[in-house]
Amino acid sequence: MTAVLSTHGLLARYGDFQALYGIDIELHQGEAVALIGANGAGKSTLLRSIMGLLPVGREMVRLHGDPVGGTATDRMVQKGVAIVPEGRRLFTGMSVEDNLRVAIDQAARMGAKGGWTLPRLHQLFPILKEKARTQVQSLSGGQQQMVAIGRALLCQPRVLLCDEISLGLAPKVIREIYAALPEIRATGTAMIVVEQDVGLARSASDRLYCMLEGRVTLTGRSAEITREQIGKAYFGAGHGVV
Amino acid sequence: MEWFDALVQGILLGGMYAQYALGMALMFGVMRIVNISHGDLVILLSLIGISMASAWGLGPLPVLIVLVPLAVLMGWVLQKAVLNRVVGSDPLPSLIATFGLSIALQNLMLQIWSANSRSLPGHGIESQSIEIGAVYIGLLPLIVLAVATGLTWGLDLTLKRTRFGRALRAASADVEAAAMTGINPRAVYAMATAAAVGILGFAAVFQALRSTVAPADGPAQLIYAFEAVIIGGMGTVWGAFVGSMVLGISQAIGFRIDPGFGVLAGHIVFLIVLATRPQGLFGKALA
Repeated sequence: MTAVLSTHGLLARYGDFQALYGIDIELHQGEAVALIGANGAGKSTLLRSIMGLLPVGREMVRLHGDPVGGTATDRMVQKGVAIVPEGRRLFTGMSVEDNLRVAIDQAARMGAKGGWTLPRLHQLFPILKEKARTQVQSLSGGQQQMVAIGRALLCQPRVLLCDEISLGLAPKVIREIYAALPEIRATGTAMIVVEQDVGLARSASDRLYCMLEGRVTLTGRSAEITREQIGKAYFGAGHGVV
Repeated sequence: MEWFDALVQGILLGGMYAQYALGMALMFGVMRIVNISHGDLVILLSLIGISMASAWGLGPLPVLIVLVPLAVLMGWVLQKAVLNRVVGSDPLPSLIATFGLSIALQNLMLQIWSANSRSLPGHGIESQSIEIGAVYIGLLPLIVLAVATGLTWGLDLTLKRTRFGRALRAASADVEAAAMTGINPRAVYAMATAAAVGILGFAAVFQALRSTVAPADGPAQLIYAFEAVIIGGMGTVWGAFVGSMVLGISQAIGFRIDPGFGVLAGHIVFLIVLATRPQGLFGKALA
């Protein structure tokens, strides 16, 4: 079975600093994969490379088997890959509804088909309906995160990349947001979830990859990997493979 | 009464400034592109319009109908060929590129049209006026103000309500996040600059009807446009309109005090706004 999304010996650098050293990951239809690792391990860099925000070789990223590495970000969205970026990156000065409408507009322009509509999103996160006219910068962190997720979903993605969606949020809010993920998966959307919280990452994913200093140090089924294996892979005391 | 007349004339003059300022509000206020050649583009379009009128015997309206699409095309080419290469979080590259373009355009115009002042024949429209009470209101300035109001209204609505407007506001807030939402920022910017220069097509016709234009006049128009946008506040279209009114009224009142003081009075009011309310009358204070 061809992976929906895969990377092949992916290399990425920021100027002279090499951030990723040959990353191979795979994401299959309807699957949720977690990407864990300490700060600076290269998780966000990996997502940014996939999204065309860093220059990478054409063959290093494949979507349904087609080489797409280095494709412009807006074209990647058109091809069905959306991202909930680190730090949420909402359009400040615009209302919640306008932030979401930007995605609806572009999906319509590109002729993207999918099941996500404003009413459906309002079912998933009712607060977004209530706050529709509020400027996004006056929302709480959790509400902003819901807008960021909603904006990505309204791009009608087949692959959703979530970059640290729990960062800086209260535990109750994190639970609320993570509770929405199964419903998103139920639509057939495959997901890569970057997460610092290992427990959260394991419970939200089928498989996981652990990264350390730009390399994948552990991979396996989330339910089968032991805490000791993750500990070693996370902190670099020997590499483990399941 | 004399001062009331100055106020009315100031508002009418503000209508002219608003036509320069709207394009600036879009490029500088929303996209954060500093276009030093803004005024030179107005003059270039005016001179093209004047040449068309004399070559083909066209009246002001046909000139306007031909010039605005031409201006739109010029704006699109300007963004595609020059500005898209220098646009980014740093405003300096766009400033330097358009500064060079400004000098090149002025010299090009000098070469083609010489340094003489010219104007567009209005077939009598420029000398008609309406008397209201004791105040005479020129028909042409009234048309200029009406067109400026219409353009402001249309641009404001376009930014707030259309797909293009939302995409432009999104790209201005965060270019990378806009691309992550499927927007092609360069295409959106090209459309925005096309719209901004298209509005200058209106300004060019009215400027050439109201007074004379010469190749070296651009920089003064640039300053008025900058001042109006900054008085009104960055990123607000109606702010730029009101800023233009403030500038026009200041100049008209200054002119009544002393004919040599008019333009300076506008600059002084601009500096007072900059010193006391740097975010502009309608701008939001930066946190």
